[in-house]
Amino acid sequence: MTKRAIVLYLHAHQPFRIGHFSTFDIGENKNYFDEPNDMRANNRAVLDKVIQKSYIPTNRKLLELIQQHPEFKISLSITGTLIEQLEKWSPHTLESFKELVATDKVEIVGETYHHSLAFFYSLAEFNNQVQMHRDKIWEVFGKKPTVFRNTELSYNNDLAVWADRAGYKAVLAEGWDPILQWRSPNYVYRPVGTQTLKLLLKNYKLSDDIAFRFGDQNWESWPLTADKYAHWLNAIDNGTNINLFMDYETFGEHQWKESGIFDFLSHFPGEWLKNENNTFMTASEAVDSYDAVDTIDTPYTTTWADTERDLSAWLGNPMQQQAIEALYGLSEKILSSNDWALIEDWRKLQTSDHFYYMCTKWFNDGDIHAYFSPYDSPYIAFMNFMNTWHDLRYRLTEKGLDT
Amino acid sequence: MKILMLGWELPPHNSGGLGVACYQLCEALSVKDIDIEFVLPYNEVHSIDFMKVRAALSHSAGSLRISGIAYDSFKYTDTQGNEQWLSIFDQQKLYEQAAAQLTGYESFDIIHAHDWLTFKAGVLLKQKTGKPLILHVHSVESDRSGGNYGNPLAREIEQESMLMADKIVAVSQHTKNIIIADYAIPADKIEVIHNSIGKIDEVNLSEPNSYKYLAALKNHGYKVISSIGRLTIQKNLINLLHAFKLVTNKEPKAILLFVGNGEQETELLLLAAELGISRNVMFAGFQRGKRWRDAYTIADLFVMPSVSEPFGLTPLEAVALGVPVLISKQSGVSEVLKNALKVDFWDVNEMANQMLAVLQNQSLKNELIVNGSKEYESMNWSKAANQLEEIYAKAVRGVSG
Repeated sequence: MTKRAIVLYLHAHQPFRIGHFSTFDIGENKNYFDEPNDMRANNRAVLDKVIQKSYIPTNRKLLELIQQHPEFKISLSITGTLIEQLEKWSPHTLESFKELVATDKVEIVGETYHHSLAFFYSLAEFNNQVQMHRDKIWEVFGKKPTVFRNTELSYNNDLAVWADRAGYKAVLAEGWDPILQWRSPNYVYRPVGTQTLKLLLKNYKLSDDIAFRFGDQNWESWPLTADKYAHWLNAIDNGTNINLFMDYETFGEHQWKESGIFDFLSHFPGEWLKNENNTFMTASEAVDSYDAVDTIDTPYTTTWADTERDLSAWLGNPMQQQAIEALYGLSEKILSSNDWALIEDWRKLQTSDHFYYMCTKWFNDGDIHAYFSPYDSPYIAFMNFMNTWHDLRYRLTEKGLDT
Repeated sequence: MKILMLGWELPPHNSGGLGVACYQLCEALSVKDIDIEFVLPYNEVHSIDFMKVRAALSHSAGSLRISGIAYDSFKYTDTQGNEQWLSIFDQQKLYEQAAAQLTGYESFDIIHAHDWLTFKAGVLLKQKTGKPLILHVHSVESDRSGGNYGNPLAREIEQESMLMADKIVAVSQHTKNIIIADYAIPADKIEVIHNSIGKIDEVNLSEPNSYKYLAALKNHGYKVISSIGRLTIQKNLINLLHAFKLVTNKEPKAILLFVGNGEQETELLLLAAELGISRNVMFAGFQRGKRWRDAYTIADLFVMPSVSEPFGLTPLEAVALGVPVLISKQSGVSEVLKNALKVDFWDVNEMANQMLAVLQNQSLKNELIVNGSKEYESMNWSKAANQLEEIYAKAVRGVSG
């Protein structure tokens, strides 16, 4: 019989944060993504910090685990904007990712190059960004993704149909209860309206135990040890595959080294593999090994964010809607400019993080800790963004492409 | 518990936020088992039922104000060409003497004095009665002088009194830091109790706005920025004018409305002319009641870019009336108000940038209004009253810290 598998999927991403951009900077040839004065928005400084705290130690740990346990495997997605930053500022960190992928125990998952929400605004642009990501992954890692995830794990029936036609084997999505209803997330499913595509749904309870609750000393299960966690997983009496999806930065950045997260990572695969019916699989291995047990209908968009599991953290308020509509409103003119620098700046502004920084829904609750932002307030985020948008428009007018 | 409260003003005879803060704080305290007797330096009829109001001196609020207001400490006045210290010092002295003559103070548990004008009286009464003295600092001399040294006599009164006090209450962390820096008072003697805001009456939208001309201009696409407060160095209005000049370069249909008076009025008028923006800058003078309120509601943006502001009530009033606000990071209110734009007082370009952003983006403006209103709904004085009740209890038990 086939073993029961953990599908551990990690997502690595850094945006190009917008620096302080005043209305008086419009038309002055100022770089949008260069912030020398404020370390929170200084992309190189943030990257250096995350490399030291997370990428380097996590890559090292994962490589050890791969050498130690022949059955240990992971799936990884890495955005184009992060690869670009690593190429520019830390090639040796990119090398350590390459080393990991070269073991053939790491599957690369496809997505948009710019970690954007283009799927919901411009299908043509979305296709471009997916292709750009495929090209970059081929160039850097020599791999062709066969599994897809959309930004923030956003997903609906339309995305499934798109992925099916584009030839992907599987899509990753949130195992959200209203969608699953009575079903368990621990199986392979087929999205409605697709021919061969399969769906892997995140077990959010078990994923978030690591990603969000691990270091929370007020959590009833704190401290979470590898054997306790393996015990929970072994106790699950259904399913073929347990899908643990989380940010790569969970290790060392969201959960600090001092929380014991790296010790947990060191010991957990061994604990799980003690049971000989247990194994690890990459996402594509899981969908190759198991048949879909049922179809899943997702008529509205789900994501892996917040208690709402929707796009409201990115598009929930009028500032966010204005900003993103303004940005995609320039699509045609920007693309017809044939000015690569202009197009690339426009694409970097599509990164979903920019809209997340404008979210006001937590701001009132005083829950600043839940609010990762390089800016003092969502209003500052919006002002910087809109001023860069005006600058894009200014550059278009300079080219005679008045809007 | 019985509190002898020494204050300088109460609405409607107040010259600014000091009187409002005292009034609303006492109202919140009166809900608890706390009796307050509030001693004023003037004699007027008040319709206040939650505490006893007593006049230390027999003259009217109007005649007192001729000698200066609670904020006039550092200035020379220019009467008939003669420069002299404002007689506010004499008033302060009269109040001290009158307070000493008060009878019946034996029954009080605590003396609680608000701002420097009443501090000497507080110290005197402490010496006479041995009761604990709490000084409530709504502003210090360096605030009132716009970050300068100010009047050495006022500083002396503040420093001596603070050394003598059993406990000091500061209206913000900003003010606490200044007290430590200026007067070398130990940090653990100072508690921060942020001010809050009481409920503001609903605006009757059917009544026309008093600023009829501005309302008409707005129908023609003009945008109004309001500054409500004294025209004084502390409020950083020179920088505001320079920033507004930059705003008009990009948005010629912008109007800056000043409501208030003060020693900088002429200087500001001249500067506006020099910058070529006289047509865009309006001075409405000091206003109360409907005109004061309409100055908020006519605005697309309220600004308070003070050099140093111990707390700052006006931005909360603006938020309460559904107006977006831009405040300086150097204000105490910025410690409690989240849904506001914030800028360093010296950063003229950024100030202009943020003003323009609100004038040009309806969605930013709306989002500030919606979230600001929610935040205002959650504000009240009960937290401050609870903190103060605890300080009273400790003071009575003789516990410091």
